[in-house]
Amino acid sequence: MPGLKVPLCCTDGNYNYLSHCSIRNVDSLQLTNEEERVLKGEYGQGAQKAMELLVAIGEGFDAEKMIPVTRAHAACSGQEGDLYFVEILAKGGALCKIPTTTNPIADFEYFQQVLNIADEHNEASVAWKTKNYYKQIGAIMSQTCIPYLAENIPKYGEHVAFSESSATPYVNSVIGALTNRESIQTALAAGVIGETPEYGLHLKENRKGTVLVKVEADLRDGYAYSLLGQYIGKKVVSGIPVLVGIRKRPTIDQYINLCAMMNVTGAIPMFHIPGFTVEAKTEEESFAGNIPKDIITVTDDELRQTHEELQTATGAIDVVILGCPHYNLDQLAELTKLLRGKNIRRDASFWVNTSATTKRLAERAGYIELIEESGAHIVTDTCIDMFCWNNLREKTGMTDSPKCAYYRRFGPVRVGTLQECVAASVERGE
Amino acid sequence: MTLKCHKLAKGYGEGEALVSKDPICFYLVEPKTGIVRENGHHLEGKSVAGKVLVFPSGKASSAVQMDGLVKLLLNKNAPTAMIVTLVEPVLLGSAVLTEIPLVDKLEKDPFETISTGDLVKVDANTGTVTVTKA
Repeated sequence: MPGLKVPLCCTDGNYNYLSHCSIRNVDSLQLTNEEERVLKGEYGQGAQKAMELLVAIGEGFDAEKMIPVTRAHAACSGQEGDLYFVEILAKGGALCKIPTTTNPIADFEYFQQVLNIADEHNEASVAWKTKNYYKQIGAIMSQTCIPYLAENIPKYGEHVAFSESSATPYVNSVIGALTNRESIQTALAAGVIGETPEYGLHLKENRKGTVLVKVEADLRDGYAYSLLGQYIGKKVVSGIPVLVGIRKRPTIDQYINLCAMMNVTGAIPMFHIPGFTVEAKTEEESFAGNIPKDIITVTDDELRQTHEELQTATGAIDVVILGCPHYNLDQLAELTKLLRGKNIRRDASFWVNTSATTKRLAERAGYIELIEESGAHIVTDTCIDMFCWNNLREKTGMTDSPKCAYYRRFGPVRVGTLQECVAASVERGE
Repeated sequence: MTLKCHKLAKGYGEGEALVSKDPICFYLVEPKTGIVRENGHHLEGKSVAGKVLVFPSGKASSAVQMDGLVKLLLNKNAPTAMIVTLVEPVLLGSAVLTEIPLVDKLEKDPFETISTGDLVKVDANTGTVTVTKA
């Protein structure tokens, strides 16, 4: 059978090497006449390049055929690797065949107004070019890392190609759509061709749990879910964890945090929380005959230790960055409550990243006005891992996102709950 | 010693082996030197430039794994070939596009047969890995 038939598993870097895994030939991929024509370049060089990549992936995973996908999300980064491929597609005349959304890059105009950015490494120009090529090939300029909440929502059972840390596990597990852990380029190629090789998580037998995670920790807020994700990613590295012991249905942002963090410390495309995620109601159904390769227990101690390992600063902070992944409407509502009537310290700055869609809704709800009155900035279309934050890199930062701390573009960092981030940055005695 | 393997991304590359127990995110490798800068990583402080990398799998961002490899390539500090025990699509797609040969399913456990410093030749096209012990 193709692909990830026998998932390897490891803990603490000890890999079980499966000597019985067969070395298959790579010519098993059968293409239709139409697919062959695309591969020969009859529909232009852009489509040809996209098909070449998909065929190479299909051969690598011993796929037998291509299958249709009906939406894609390209987690564009606006950096060199991203530019390289989208430029080839655009110059080769490729166009997206299915709805294909894009990740945040940077809201250049906004940052030029509020921060004096020096483009010393040519990063702005690379990002600018990349963004324009995405427009040229007909991608939807959603520019958010959580498109599955509003701009590009897969349905249960739909085959899609979604890249982005939180997006892949979210659409597989919470929605029950089927996607592999795509890179920007493989998702984009699928968006152009409207197909992907049939392997991995497109096949039901590869969607079974591989590792049992017993959750005994108190998951009291979104930050606890980030820590849980960080710990599971590190321990499981690769595979499909089944989380048992969670009594309360996770909220949307708790799911997002769990998904994102499992793909910072590891590469986890899917998980089950029996009774809450959609594909399995029980532990038994989650494993569907698989014997767990490992059993991991997570208590408050593991989460506390994970929290402590993230801290590279103590005491006063200069800058808070939230919204990695992008804040949704619920989180902006929560932030509004916390900032109402408060002022950000004059020697600190406070930044919240969200999508343009969410910002529009938050404006109507009155959240944006209240947040901005405190002195905080609301930023759209922007990723924390971008040149526009370069001026903050010497500062001591604080965030509620371990992912933001990991890819940080500022100096030493504290990581904590949203409440702690607000408390550390507002004027005292209010 | 010549071992059979499974081609993931085509091509031929050779060099000194560098073995990592930890999965790798190439975005956390310094492009100008090829040195791994990820805190606490098994290869922290070591350079991947011109090496045949042996590691379990790729990890982390689906977006910037490719950026990491492209930046290394532009600075002539990319690895010459990669041997993994578990492939995931993000690493495979990035290897195909950067034309760095990538193989898996060696007939013997690469972590037992290959040590850092060995001379390794990876021919993904014919599906063979040749190891000369240091």
